[in-house]
Amino acid sequence: MSRWGPPVLALALTVVVWEVVVVGFRVPEYLLPTPSGIAAATVSEWRYLAVHSAVTLYEILWGFVLAIVVGIPLAMLIVYSPLFERSVYPLLVASQSVPKIAIAPLLIFWAGLGIFPKVLVAFAVSFFPVVIDTVVGLRAVEPEMLYLARSMGAGERKIFVKIRFPNALPNIFAGIKVAATLAVVGAIVGEFIQADRGLGYALQQATSVLNTSLGFAAIIVLAVIGILLFVAVEALERWLTPWSVARRSELASGTL
Amino acid sequence: MRALESVSFDVRAGEFVSIVGPSGCGKSTLVMLIGGLLPPSGGRVVIDGATVDHPQTNLGIVFQNPVLLAWRRAIDNVLLQFEMRDLAPGPYRERARALLAGVGLEGFEHCYPHELSGGMRQRVSICRALIHDPPLLLMDEPFGALDALTRDQLVLDLQRLWSRGRKTVVFITHSITEAVLLSDRVLVMTPRPGTIDTIIDVDLPRPRRLAIREDPRFAKYTRAIHERFLAHGVLRDLEEDEDP
Repeated sequence: MSRWGPPVLALALTVVVWEVVVVGFRVPEYLLPTPSGIAAATVSEWRYLAVHSAVTLYEILWGFVLAIVVGIPLAMLIVYSPLFERSVYPLLVASQSVPKIAIAPLLIFWAGLGIFPKVLVAFAVSFFPVVIDTVVGLRAVEPEMLYLARSMGAGERKIFVKIRFPNALPNIFAGIKVAATLAVVGAIVGEFIQADRGLGYALQQATSVLNTSLGFAAIIVLAVIGILLFVAVEALERWLTPWSVARRSELASGTL
Repeated sequence: MRALESVSFDVRAGEFVSIVGPSGCGKSTLVMLIGGLLPPSGGRVVIDGATVDHPQTNLGIVFQNPVLLAWRRAIDNVLLQFEMRDLAPGPYRERARALLAGVGLEGFEHCYPHELSGGMRQRVSICRALIHDPPLLLMDEPFGALDALTRDQLVLDLQRLWSRGRKTVVFITHSITEAVLLSDRVLVMTPRPGTIDTIIDVDLPRPRRLAIREDPRFAKYTRAIHERFLAHGVLRDLEEDEDP
């Protein structure tokens, strides 16, 4: 009750007020539907929503996985190659001042039709935090630990496997969690620009014919996908880095 | 920046040598040089007749910061010593357990570092430095971050460990009392760039209890070290006629 109670209660209250206001002031449905109307649309159109969700989920997951699979090795290159660090890393950081959403139309234009260009946008939007946080994590080893490792006769390979990488895991997860939310944004933006499938497409279709209830239904499904992805990453984090999660909760509750 | 001026001294096998000096006199640099973790800008370090020109592995190091791996339990932090050497840690578990128990960590073997106090973490780090039974132990202000009581306890524990194994110990500290209590010889260093000012032989019977600190012979040694620091302006005492 103490953890879930307040937010659930606040949400319930918002829904009730929303319903009462819309009904009371007779707001037309195409402007703002009632929560019950949205729920009804979600149920009656579930098959349509499911088909489009599957497409978007597919794009999100591929973009997200690519961000990790490309981001982590790139971070390792930056950490281990001085040449790479001095040449590519500053450009990578500078490129972040360009809003990547602005490049999305170009990406779609170059990559053509279908699902791949949306995967590309989801990847482009979400891989940067993975790179940055991994770089920070890999570098965060205390110098004394490295001296100790050398006094134990360990080479850089061993140090990476036993010390650097596990030490970086909490940072890597921080980056991956940001990437998980950004991948959702990327996929939807990609679909807004050009698509004939997916939740972004469904949302645009619904609003263009003033079917606002269905539009809201699509947004809710999208939110659920985003939350599930985030929760899955957190569960993985809890499983792989219990020490860091425990420490964080101690810090948060002030027992440390 | 030059940390050390020319420094020359010998440490005999099985000897406990302390190096005391003000902050920034290059004491830590000395440890790094002995361990082969930093190349000397001149001169050389010789261990057992061999010139040190790469990281030495036949020794244990304890830093002020215990640097334990947060994701490993106490015993697995100790066993890291073997894993880093490509040795399977299995056969050494019992030894690690006994070593931890010997410094009062029985029952804490399976705790994570964040579940241990600062003093306990430093004990784990000492066990990690000793588990492979090295002939040489380098300690760089190992008790510097601990409270006075924990410090006293660890000094006693260290003395007990040393008297059992008789390893060669090079012990860096700020604390004159700690140095005199533990050492066979104390090297007093001057301020930066550091060089060795005096070497004091501590001829006190062992084992030394904490109460030896009140012994006039003990006081003679600490006073001798204080005087060297006064002479170098590291310490400035009140003048005779000064109103405190």
